[in-house]
Amino acid sequence: MQLCSSVFTLGFLKDTPDPSEVDVMNKQVLRRPTTNRSRAVWRCGTLLMLIPLLATGCSPQVVMLHPVGPVGRIEERLIILSIVLVTIVIVPVFVLLWYIVRRYRDVPGNDAPYRPEFSESRTLEIVWWGVPILIIGILAVFTARDTFALTKPPERSAPPLTVQVTSLDWKWLFQYPGQKIATVNYCYIPTNRPIQFILTANAPMNSFWVPQLGGQEYTMPGMAMQLWLQADKPGVYHGRGAQFTGKGFAHMTFDVTATSQAQFDAWAKQIQKTAPALTEAGYTNLAHPGLVGKMSFSSYPPNIFHDVIMKEGGMYMKHDKAVLEGEK
Amino acid sequence: MALPGYVGNAPTSFFVTGDPMIYASDVLIVLTVIGIVFVLTYYKKWGWLWREWLTTVDHKKIGIMYLIAALLMLFRGGTDAVLMRTQLALPNMHFLEAEHYDQIFTTHGTIMILFMAMPLVFAMMNIAVPLQIGARDVAFPYLNAISFWLFFFGALLLNLSFVIGGSPDGGWTSYPPLVENPTDPGPGENFYLLALQISGIGSMATGINFLVTILKMRAPGMTLMRMPLFCWSILATSILIIFSFPALTIALALVLIDRLFDAHFFTMLQGGNPMMYINLFWVWGHPEVYIVVLPAFGIFSEVIATFSRKRTFGYSSMVASMLAIAVISYLVWLHHFFTMGAGPGVNTFFAISTMCVGIPTGVKVFNWLFTMYQGRIRMTVPMLWSIGFIPTFAIGGATGVMLAVAPADYQYHNSYFLIAHFHQTLIGGVVYGMFAGLYYWWPKMFGFILNERIGRWAFWFFNIGFYVCFLPQYQLGFMGMTRRIYVYPAGMGWTALNLISTIGAYLMAVGFVLIVVDILYSIRYGERDVTGDPWDGRTLEWSLPSPAPHYNFARIPTVTARDAWWVMKGERKRGEVKRELEPLEPIHMPNNSGRPFILSVLFFLGGFGLVFEWYWLAIPSGIGVMVCLLLRSLEYNMDHYIPVSEIKRTEAALGRS
Repeated sequence: MQLCSSVFTLGFLKDTPDPSEVDVMNKQVLRRPTTNRSRAVWRCGTLLMLIPLLATGCSPQVVMLHPVGPVGRIEERLIILSIVLVTIVIVPVFVLLWYIVRRYRDVPGNDAPYRPEFSESRTLEIVWWGVPILIIGILAVFTARDTFALTKPPERSAPPLTVQVTSLDWKWLFQYPGQKIATVNYCYIPTNRPIQFILTANAPMNSFWVPQLGGQEYTMPGMAMQLWLQADKPGVYHGRGAQFTGKGFAHMTFDVTATSQAQFDAWAKQIQKTAPALTEAGYTNLAHPGLVGKMSFSSYPPNIFHDVIMKEGGMYMKHDKAVLEGEK
Repeated sequence: MALPGYVGNAPTSFFVTGDPMIYASDVLIVLTVIGIVFVLTYYKKWGWLWREWLTTVDHKKIGIMYLIAALLMLFRGGTDAVLMRTQLALPNMHFLEAEHYDQIFTTHGTIMILFMAMPLVFAMMNIAVPLQIGARDVAFPYLNAISFWLFFFGALLLNLSFVIGGSPDGGWTSYPPLVENPTDPGPGENFYLLALQISGIGSMATGINFLVTILKMRAPGMTLMRMPLFCWSILATSILIIFSFPALTIALALVLIDRLFDAHFFTMLQGGNPMMYINLFWVWGHPEVYIVVLPAFGIFSEVIATFSRKRTFGYSSMVASMLAIAVISYLVWLHHFFTMGAGPGVNTFFAISTMCVGIPTGVKVFNWLFTMYQGRIRMTVPMLWSIGFIPTFAIGGATGVMLAVAPADYQYHNSYFLIAHFHQTLIGGVVYGMFAGLYYWWPKMFGFILNERIGRWAFWFFNIGFYVCFLPQYQLGFMGMTRRIYVYPAGMGWTALNLISTIGAYLMAVGFVLIVVDILYSIRYGERDVTGDPWDGRTLEWSLPSPAPHYNFARIPTVTARDAWWVMKGERKRGEVKRELEPLEPIHMPNNSGRPFILSVLFFLGGFGLVFEWYWLAIPSGIGVMVCLLLRSLEYNMDHYIPVSEIKRTEAALGRS
């Protein structure tokens, strides 16, 4: 409180009221506000607001803030940075609001200065045009840096693995061009290796999101979109479609299991040996709207990913061709 | 494998069947209509309704009609919200099935943005702008009536879909290819497209109308830089409407052509490109949020200055920041789809332009704070909503800047973090602003003050409910919950937060009901406003009696400074002016006309015909619309003069000389 008052009696703010102005203020007091009650309500409100945070705290279920890979970490760092930077503006707003509303109430006997014509201050205006510009400037630099960084593989420690993802109504198809296997509604990835997800949709557009690994990217018909992700720790990570696609949308979840490279290879071998093959007819069936559980296939029609993209408009886009070529 | 509750896409019959809630609505609708018809007939009010309301071109009455319609739509959209929150209160609920939930979130969004926020803004601008600039009506009163009736019948068309044909279910953004025929057959989506198209024509006309009104009809001496800030905000909003709505019109028209005539603008196959729609939609959609929030900023500026008994701090800065927001709002649309494959250069550009919106917005917040600083703050209900707005909007703006960080948005996108953010800005900005305006201008509209005590209860329920509802949703976003899911599994840690959020939604609903109670109570017991200036106001509308006579100003005032009425009052108090009153002159006013109403009915019938592809209905209605336009072009008897004797009588009855 002491601090507040001293801040607000700086030289450029004349703090002594003009006697004639005080006179005006005492007329026309509309209604005495119920100060105490309002304050109590405010306090209750503040407490209620804190409940959700206290209830969940920072449990690992807050997936966005517990990333397990470099992409998620870059994004988490930006989230934290932006929270800190906006706090620089928000906190003064809250403090000022609280102070001003408390100090300048129109109640009899309030001796706070009253200056009805005080409406210009170059100094103040420079401060609050300047500070936000500065904050946005800092945030912009980091945003630009990381936006570019995220279009590249996270770490060049190991050669990337490519997984082709197709969103269907209402399931996720994963194809492994390297291993020649396919899965539905779940996928395996090796840890400590950049994964290049190439995304498309053979249905209304969806969005591929595994929050603990990193941000999402849309799956769009006729487009081959790229998303780099990487897991550092073994585990099962929850993924879901993030763009509404109709009735089965809420059920479009999938699991991403990250294991060591050896375990991943063993898993792929086992699928190759034990699972059935995905045929053209099987794919058509799969693409038909409906829900299915987890499925595995030892092989799939080799050009199906490419063909779906081309058929749905990829043939008009240079970008798609480049992505699909680059992958070969 | 079929989905639980999945009964196929195609409509089974003309009337929606199979759900008890729908049958209940059917019964309610029929009863309401019978009730209204009975009351009107019993009290012989049909003629009154037609003469005083349906044919009126008076901006004040049009404003009141906008207000009533908007509050009804707020009730409808709010009911949708409560239903959704009930469904999400606990995991694996079966209160609503997927298809109902999808329809409800679609109509919730569409109604709240286009049939609640927009008309509420239009209500405020119709009521206040001509009075604030010292004009007798808007520039084009007849067009103004058309705007209202097109909005009204657009809203009716969309709401009709609930019981006839089925509601749209593709989300309020209605992205193709999901809403194209193969994945979304049936009339629901057509209702969305045509309802928005019809009301969109009205919005466009309103934009033009108020731009011209503000530029051409200000009282002598009221230069642009002497205008109340609310008028500035409407000027900025009008410009935004004029430049953004054409993009929506085109986007909707192309989807309609796709659906009705099997074209391929946005289809999955045959070379359609859905991205084009998404760009067009957001080229309108982003400016749209500023279209609704800028007028709220204007209202806060008026209310805060009035109830702090102080001049607005940094007027030029306020104007500059408003115009800056208007300009920047056209340069940010891509931030709605950072995750749709734009390159890093493009994403960076739009990320930074989006953050830049935060700068002028922050400036406005500090200027409001310093308008109160060293003032005398009266905690009236309009002021409560304005003060409540500042923290909500500070948080909403801050999360907006967080969302602008493109790589972070890869995480937030379509999560509940986003949901919390835009509700925080749209409710905390627009709804708080419009409620402030509602309480502030209510005496000017109706001649009595809304009860402050009930109003305060309403505010606290709504405000606390608001935080309880939306703060948990930020956290849910961090926990990976996505929007538009009708059900979620247990064990994700989402349950407690969802339950709290639902409780908050109920608290807000109580707040809304209390506002309605306040209105009903005050109609009977409200304190009458006999002075015309109950708040000790600063701008010209408070120089008039409440409610203002239909010609507004018997004599057009001459303005010498900002806060014109405050200055005049000051001069009178000090006895400085013994101005000779100029003699009254006959006042030129527009005639009432039933044609805007008939024209809009024809639009409605045409729209309804197109929804079901009944060309036997759509084509004649279209011809009818053309005939109406032609008749107007050939009309010469459009106006009349109010004689001086009548003005004198009216003024004397209002206690003015």
